[in-house]
Amino acid sequence: MSQTVETGAPAQAEPAKKKPALSEGKRAERRLGWLLCAPAAFVMVAVTGWPIIYSVWLSLQRYDLRFPDDREFVGLSNYAAVLTDKYWWTAFGITTLITVVSVVIELVLGMLLALIMHRTLVGRGLVRTVSLIPYGIVTVVAAFSWFYAWNTDTGYLTELLGAEAPLTQQIPSLLIIILAEVWKTTPFMALLLMAGLALVPDDLLKAASMDGATAWQRFTKVMIPVMKPAILVALLFRTLDAFRVFDNIFVLTKGANDTSSVSMQTYNNLIKGLNLGIGSTMSVLIFIAVAIIAFIFIKLFGAAAPGSDSGGKR
Amino acid sequence: MVSTRTGGRGLSRWRAAIAGAVVLTAVPTIAACGSESGTTINVYLSPEQNFQTVVDRCNEQADGRYKIVYNKLPRDADGQREQMVRRLAAGDTGLDVLGLDVTWVPEFAEAKWLEEFTGENKADAEQGVLKGPLQTAMWNGKLYGATKNTNVQLLWYDDRVVQTPPETWDEMMDMSRQFKSDGKPFRILFTGAQYEGLVVQYNTLVASEGGEILSEDGKKVVMDQGAVDALKLLKDVSTSGLTDPSMPNAQEQQVQQALELPDTEAAFELNWPYVYAAMGAANPDRAKHLKWARYPGIDGPSKATIGGFNLAVSSLSLHKPEAFDAVLCLRGPESQKFQAICDGVPPTIESIYTDDATIEPCPAATTTDKPSMATAYPMRDTILEALKDPAVRPLTVVYQNLSTITSKVLSPPSEIDPDATAQELRDGLQKALDSKGVLP
Repeated sequence: MSQTVETGAPAQAEPAKKKPALSEGKRAERRLGWLLCAPAAFVMVAVTGWPIIYSVWLSLQRYDLRFPDDREFVGLSNYAAVLTDKYWWTAFGITTLITVVSVVIELVLGMLLALIMHRTLVGRGLVRTVSLIPYGIVTVVAAFSWFYAWNTDTGYLTELLGAEAPLTQQIPSLLIIILAEVWKTTPFMALLLMAGLALVPDDLLKAASMDGATAWQRFTKVMIPVMKPAILVALLFRTLDAFRVFDNIFVLTKGANDTSSVSMQTYNNLIKGLNLGIGSTMSVLIFIAVAIIAFIFIKLFGAAAPGSDSGGKR
Repeated sequence: MVSTRTGGRGLSRWRAAIAGAVVLTAVPTIAACGSESGTTINVYLSPEQNFQTVVDRCNEQADGRYKIVYNKLPRDADGQREQMVRRLAAGDTGLDVLGLDVTWVPEFAEAKWLEEFTGENKADAEQGVLKGPLQTAMWNGKLYGATKNTNVQLLWYDDRVVQTPPETWDEMMDMSRQFKSDGKPFRILFTGAQYEGLVVQYNTLVASEGGEILSEDGKKVVMDQGAVDALKLLKDVSTSGLTDPSMPNAQEQQVQQALELPDTEAAFELNWPYVYAAMGAANPDRAKHLKWARYPGIDGPSKATIGGFNLAVSSLSLHKPEAFDAVLCLRGPESQKFQAICDGVPPTIESIYTDDATIEPCPAATTTDKPSMATAYPMRDTILEALKDPAVRPLTVVYQNLSTITSKVLSPPSEIDPDATAQELRDGLQKALDSKGVLP
């Protein structure tokens, strides 16, 4: 107890001291604090800031490793080239589709799973562990097992459903990609939602049922409003992750038959095509798209928006 | 007593162990000293069953001047190219000799990753090499690679169904229709999936029509009438009902396996020569009747697209003279003949095709019979004939884009609209040449 009092005291004292009234010792302490932070801040800038700036710089150049002599500054013409290209918009559409469909399914399934995990009376630990297994498997490994399951030669699922080479057609491929995504990340969604469920006081639910609210009404009128911040965190993280989908597509279809996502296409242009200009343009565009998604979430949902740190997907 | 004895023994054991460790660490050092400089030449090439034997022989021949190490690249072409490109772009000096697919030389040369062959090296690398394969190792009139092996597709058929092989597509389609109405196997098999195999087919058809996709220097899009006619032919064949229903998804392997089925519906297969050995293993009965002819064309046999590998020296290599030396041994006549017989890859040096001298049994051979080109390559005359009239895939820096866009635009072949598809190809290729091409 004494420890909490000790640490609590300066925090309470802080607001009392207004800006100008910093003592010599406090100022030195603060300077030391900055100095101690500096290496970490520097590393952060070096590993995140610099690559971002560098790719913006690359995206403004004609820089194709195959034409090293033709490297030049071209302004925004790479952006014009990408934004008028139908392959880019196809990939953008596919990415959006995968994002929306998989996140919606994940939200519904994740909520069900969270409710089950929350309400289980017997073997709660076991239920939670089992439902978290898919999330614990490396995406590429999981993707490979889906790949072999849907293959024509080794595919037990293909055989079971009597499908003919589903991974060679667009719609079945997309369904399989979404299935793989949903299977893999629903537990993550459920985990975040379960944290939200813990926030719902039992008394509130009891009071609601005393007032004659049905189970559905209790869910929509009581639980969801209380859980809103948790739902938003879950949705935001998953939307951002889903928009950058890469590994499942890379393993399952390699982007054949118009199943490429924007990340896949960026990889193709950067690594396969050796076109640093166009490839960087695409990565900057993805960065902007992700920033816009985050911005919309925060604006739309205002105060309920997450500022918390619930950890990323990987 | 007991304790001192065990103590003593323990000590001597320690001494022995230390001495052993010293010897163990010293031996490799001594061995390295023995090979004078200890220069290592790192070769990066796709996995080939008997290439290590070639490497061993060349190491013997080098007599300690350098040691060649064979590093196997991934099996798929994209994976091979990606690894080399990634490392070269990062300035990796650890790659000395690069095994390049015939379509990669211009790209690597233009990016300044390849060292030019000059003087004696050039003369040696060009000595007796067939013109088509040699062309794939050149860029801007300079030689950047030494041809290692080539490849060419042939027409394969069962002589119980087809008596005389067709020479043109019209003949082949007429025969196929006839077989169909007679209730015999009739289908024409070729690689129609959205991948490089479809580009190979299209390139063969363009060359047979006398057309061009790109200008000779690979810097301008041509797509002339011949190229448009080839699109029309590809569409006609694909919509004729004579191809396999799975053609739009068929790669080499599916095409090969379709003719291996005992109750196959196929009469004609267009594929690489490896199918001959594969048939022997999969369907020995049909293997006895499997015959071959040149790829059919328009007015006679076609110019057929050639494949294969070239060996090049990285411009970042720290041991270029040794690397050139190693390349010339690894792709020399003796190596090529050995690999032709034991690995089944067609040589690029013309004289090997008529060389009937036997060699020692292959490493994996089950008999002690000494093989020769005559026993291992019954179709060698047809291959040589096809190689002397080849279709080289467009030599261009942006081949990766050309290949990706072409296979995408042509897929599925039944939905080609000759004029519109040609225009789409023109636009896509021009953009790629301007570095504005977006890969799908």
